[in-house]
Amino acid sequence: MDTKRIVFVGVGGQGNLLSSQVLGEAAMLAGLPVNVSEVHGMAQRGGVVESAVVMGGALSSIVSDGEADILLSFEPSETLRALAKCSQDSTVITNIVPLEPFTVAVGKGVYPDIKAALEQVKKKVKRLIALNANALAEQAGSAMAVNIVMLGALAQSGTLPLTREQFKAAMEKTIKKKLLEVNLKAFDLGYEAAAKL
Amino acid sequence: MHPLLAGKPGEQMLLLGNEAIVRGALEAGVAFATAYPGTPSSEVPLNFYQIKQETDLYFEYSTNEKVALEVAAGAAVSGLRTMVTMKHVGVNVAADPLMTLAYTGVNGGMVILTADDPSLFSSQNEQDNRFYARLAGLPMLEPTTPQEAKDMTIYAFALSEQLKLPVLLRTTTRINHSRGIVTLGEMVPRRIQGAFAKDPFSYVTVPAVSRTLHVKLLKKIDQALEEAERSSFNEIIGQGKWGIITHGVSLCYVRDALEELQVSGAFSVLKLGFSFPLPEKLIQQFLDRVEKVLVVEELEPIMEEAVQAAAQRSGRLIPIRGKGIGELGRLYENEPVRVKKSIAAYFDLNYQPLAPVDVADLPALPGRPPNLCPGCPHRSTFYAVKKVAGEDAIYPTDIGCYTLGILPPLSIADFVICMGSSASSAAGFARATDKPVIAFIGDSTFFHSGITGLINAFHNNHKFTLVILDNGTTAMTGHQPHPGVDAALLGQPNNQVSVEAVVRGIGIKMVTVVNPKKLKDTMAAVKKSLEFEGVSVIISQEICPLYAKRVQPPAKARTFTVSESRCKNHRDCVNLFACPAFYLENDRVKINENLCIGCAVCAQVCPEQAILPRK
Repeated sequence: MDTKRIVFVGVGGQGNLLSSQVLGEAAMLAGLPVNVSEVHGMAQRGGVVESAVVMGGALSSIVSDGEADILLSFEPSETLRALAKCSQDSTVITNIVPLEPFTVAVGKGVYPDIKAALEQVKKKVKRLIALNANALAEQAGSAMAVNIVMLGALAQSGTLPLTREQFKAAMEKTIKKKLLEVNLKAFDLGYEAAAKL
Repeated sequence: MHPLLAGKPGEQMLLLGNEAIVRGALEAGVAFATAYPGTPSSEVPLNFYQIKQETDLYFEYSTNEKVALEVAAGAAVSGLRTMVTMKHVGVNVAADPLMTLAYTGVNGGMVILTADDPSLFSSQNEQDNRFYARLAGLPMLEPTTPQEAKDMTIYAFALSEQLKLPVLLRTTTRINHSRGIVTLGEMVPRRIQGAFAKDPFSYVTVPAVSRTLHVKLLKKIDQALEEAERSSFNEIIGQGKWGIITHGVSLCYVRDALEELQVSGAFSVLKLGFSFPLPEKLIQQFLDRVEKVLVVEELEPIMEEAVQAAAQRSGRLIPIRGKGIGELGRLYENEPVRVKKSIAAYFDLNYQPLAPVDVADLPALPGRPPNLCPGCPHRSTFYAVKKVAGEDAIYPTDIGCYTLGILPPLSIADFVICMGSSASSAAGFARATDKPVIAFIGDSTFFHSGITGLINAFHNNHKFTLVILDNGTTAMTGHQPHPGVDAALLGQPNNQVSVEAVVRGIGIKMVTVVNPKKLKDTMAAVKKSLEFEGVSVIISQEICPLYAKRVQPPAKARTFTVSESRCKNHRDCVNLFACPAFYLENDRVKINENLCIGCAVCAQVCPEQAILPRK
């Protein structure tokens, strides 16, 4: 298969690294060569967290600007910040619920009008999938499951040669037992929501 | 069982480079490991620490990297397989024992991990530790993938025992923090009982002994060179007339680039995984079959200059270039497009990079720098100090979460260069200027290398205040224990060293212990300390809330809220204190109750007493 490059962005605490790990495990279960890169150390301090999954043959684990096939973002302003990873051929899958950085609270920045900005994004890339992942996560039973809702949307998007079952098997391998049920539900809700878009 | 112990030979796991290194060490029968944590190395000791609870592996978090290496040296000279791990700048701290341990050598295999950080993801510099192999005369291995990180770790132990020399395993962030598919191997049993055969003429490095040991070291380097020449980690890939010499993670970018440019057949790639001593015969062989060479390496032009020198020696004067070609430079890490562009530029290949989408018309984005957590005691200490000492004072700081005090509105970090520099540089600032000087250091950093600076300050009658931010853990790197930690909280038998007893033991006359959640007391302590003629110490003691959540979960916190009737919108809470739990809604300050931990410090900041416990 052609190499697929997926960039994950989010804010510390949103479970970015877990979701890229799940995707990596899913690719491994599917018998695909896969590399994952993670940036550690900022997760608990509210900074931007970025990771990447490269599957299908390339040896690199990081993704240069313009080279992402998919940008999967858990926070809409971070979608905008990371957009240079995309080309006009990319698919962007984003949560639409803002998580304002403290710089906005102290008046050192203005949070953008996300609706208008996503309209711009839509014109720049091949496909934009935007959903309210927070609502679905809460519906699944945990506000913390935004990352897995987004994985569900990714699985549905048809951009990767992985089955829904392979994603779920990877979750069973990676996610703690007591959290698994909620996360499987979150995954399904994300999957179904993306199907309706 | 720990997953790195449970994995069966032949099984494949998606491992971080750091996890692969640990598994490699286990497969090699490592018996003794020491470390001081530091990103990007930290998951290596973390896994050793966990595995120690289940096995007879000896592991310790040592006070600093020098101590870690010296402890391990005793064990390795006694015949045990030992591993010592640190980040790149940690090797500076360990450099003193390293240089002479190369002379004495070891008996049990010793592998030293140096985790370099090109692009400075979480470091104060991006020094290239390949120089240490050359400076000390120690073999160096540089893995390309997590799988190779495991394989090289195993080989490094064997090589170390063969040469009786420590071996440096050098990674970069993209190896440490990348996951790849790793095939597990058999774990050989640990040998945990060592024996020391006295031999002062090999181990006591007085000048007469070291003169002969240096001769021995040079012989060992020659032996290491022979090993490098036949090592399977050094390899020529392809048959083409154009040459690329590379190593480490850059090999991945090079091979991807050649595939994508569809020119693999035109190239020969020399991969140098056993990278010191450089296998000159293999390099000559490579140079003989190519017409033009590009050296792709991150940071310094070490291989480039060595290959140019080798070509000069053999008279094979073909073009050999690296830095300055395309986008290859001495700054920051390589990445796929940078390498593709540079290869295309040097070999005149057609390459049209995928154009990144135009983001110029997108709205400006608010910054999202990492921040001190809600309820962080450092913020309270900083607020109190700033309130008393203001903008005029000079604030040398140190390495830890509290370096984030650099951010506005706290803006309370004026100088930091390395671990421990707060306590010593403060003396220079105090002597050279007429400003008040207040330095900050964390508890782990204090034990690491702050104590000597404080002793110096007392001995030499300097005048400044050192604030020791004692949050009971090494917070920045993931809550590792240090000598001051209450080990009972972790179920460990280690002794606890009291910061206060150390400070008083030095002889310092003005020592105040405060709880930074009590702003008035803390401000009073700052005022009193600034007036003192001499070195004064404030120990600001409050457990890191993230750590507390893990080791002594507090009772459900009573969160706070802003009373709309009382709030007059001064916004001292947001503008001066700036806890991330605050946010603005319709131009009024609110507190996010999911983030608030109920520390109550903002309630003391508010001039209208408008911040109250939530009913």
